[in-house]
Amino acid sequence: MADPLLRLEGVHTHIGQYHILQGVDFTVPEGGITMLLGRNGAGKTTALRTIMGLWRPSRGAITFDGRAIGGVATPDIALAGIAYVPETMAVFSDLTVEENLILAARSGPIDPRRRDWIFSFFPAMQRFWHAPAGVLSGGQKQMLAISRAIIEKRRLILIDEPTKGLAPAIIEGMISAFRELKHEATILMVEQNFRFAAALGDTVAVMDDGHIVHRGKMADLAADEKLQTRLLGLALDQHQ
Amino acid sequence: MTDQAAPAPLIGPKRDLAPLLLPLAIAGFAFLLIGSPTTWLTLTLAALAMGMMVFVIASGLTLIFGLMDVINFGHGAFIAIGAYLAMAVLGPLAPWMQADSLTLNLAALFLAIIAAMLGTGVLGYAFERVLVRPVYGQHLKQILITMGGLIVVEQLLHVIFGGDQKTMALPTALRGAVLIGNVALEKYRLLAVAVGLLVFLVMQLTLNRTRIGLLIRAGVENAEMVEALGYRIRRLFVGVFIAGSALAGLGGVLWALYRETFTAAIGGDVVVLVFIVIIIGGLGSVGGCFLGAILVAMMANYTAFLAPKVALASSILLMVTILMWRPQGLYPVAKR
Ligand SMILES: Nc1ncnc2c1ncn2[C@@H]1O[C@H](COP(=O)(O)OP(=O)(O)OP(=O)(O)O)[C@@H](O)[C@H]1O
Ligand SMILES: [Mg+2]
Repeated sequence: MADPLLRLEGVHTHIGQYHILQGVDFTVPEGGITMLLGRNGAGKTTALRTIMGLWRPSRGAITFDGRAIGGVATPDIALAGIAYVPETMAVFSDLTVEENLILAARSGPIDPRRRDWIFSFFPAMQRFWHAPAGVLSGGQKQMLAISRAIIEKRRLILIDEPTKGLAPAIIEGMISAFRELKHEATILMVEQNFRFAAALGDTVAVMDDGHIVHRGKMADLAADEKLQTRLLGLALDQHQ
Repeated sequence: MTDQAAPAPLIGPKRDLAPLLLPLAIAGFAFLLIGSPTTWLTLTLAALAMGMMVFVIASGLTLIFGLMDVINFGHGAFIAIGAYLAMAVLGPLAPWMQADSLTLNLAALFLAIIAAMLGTGVLGYAFERVLVRPVYGQHLKQILITMGGLIVVEQLLHVIFGGDQKTMALPTALRGAVLIGNVALEKYRLLAVAVGLLVFLVMQLTLNRTRIGLLIRAGVENAEMVEALGYRIRRLFVGVFIAGSALAGLGGVLWALYRETFTAAIGGDVVVLVFIVIIIGGLGSVGGCFLGAILVAMMANYTAFLAPKVALASSILLMVTILMWRPQGLYPVAKR
């Protein structure tokens, strides 16, 4: 098998005195979407933040594209080709949609074809192009946060709960957006919405209490309700 | 996605105009209390001049705080250094200052300002490197160490330039007033207003029209996300610190010329007002800082005339009142 794009080996992360990640091992194969699932408080956000360099791992190795990035400064990790859509979305509310994307397109002016491509699945970005991001709705902020990650091509995109608080219709639209996106970038996505995860995921890792407790194909997990209940605590129908 | 609602309305930036009414209200109210329009005009110009000088000093400090939560009590040091450097440059240029030529006068001032800004910019870089960088993220230590830095700088200025009170006279062409009807407008105050407005304009253009400016505004709101986009926030911060120190140096020159006498304590005196201004304006907001500076200066000048006994307390009173209305300041900066 080819080398994975991203590999975490025995990664530990402390936040203050708390030992949050307690030896996390998983890989993200190149291409496709890897889902990182787990109950509330399992450590999924902490895992993404550690990959992004926003927390410094206290032990273990993180390898991206053959290069050790554990303990590397966040901007350098970003420059290596990783984009990040945080759980809080973190849009710059004082800046317009356009200005948010200008900053995200760090190698030069925004490519108009790329912009139109984004408009094709997030039309709200076009309508609010000159509006401050602070006036956007929650769903639109999420679209902007994702747009920022894809306005230029990146190797790997880390996305933390893109469907959180979104209406079902918007979630449907997002599924098609990600299906298109996965042709050009590898995606590591944290998700609580199991149906969404099952619709999009190729591979899956499940976390609990700072550890990885399951790794495999998304389709296999989607087909095994007992395993879902054991790993995620909720049956599929309750989880919606 | 599901947003095909109305025919695309063009949504422009929303503007929060309510705070802009404050200076108008205060000026109007003062007009009624003062009675004499000429006195009122003189006081208002004095207030605008003082406000612009305070703004020049405060604008850098608010960004320094906004970008990396650094509380820099040492900012006053650059005010003093600016004043002394200008004095040092203007000494040999005395013939230009005393010449009856606006061009020569302004050339001398310009050179003094350049020297002051370069000097304070370089010293700002050193200050950031040596004192501020080791205490990123630790507020108490920041306050102590930057205050310490201020004291050290003041003492060094005493050692280098002597501890006596210094004088810096205005150049010939800027002394006195221009008369419009029976209203006397002091020339130097007009110049100070012009310089302050120029600084404000350049800052607005930078913050709104350049990538660096956008990064600064974004960083004030969420420094972590700026890093996650691939930009080194610390470099940006060092740049802002240098620019902010240079502006404090410029403010020091303007302020010293305005007062015409000063000591090494000049910075400490102004910096209290400066902190009030950036709190009133909303920490990290340049627009708020501009407005806050005008408000504080208006209160100071009007009350100095109307009720000299409460003049000192007026800016505190203003701050408390504004914070009761808007606890985060006039233009709160959204923080993560
Ligand atoms: N800044 C922090 N300080 C202290 N503890 C933290 C901090 N951030 C997270 N934690 C703790 O770390 C654990 C994992 O948190 P994390 O946010 O990674 O979980 P998560 O899997 O993303 O949860 P959720 O599904 O609720 O987003 C939790 O117990 C949380 O309380
Ligand atoms: Mg989370």
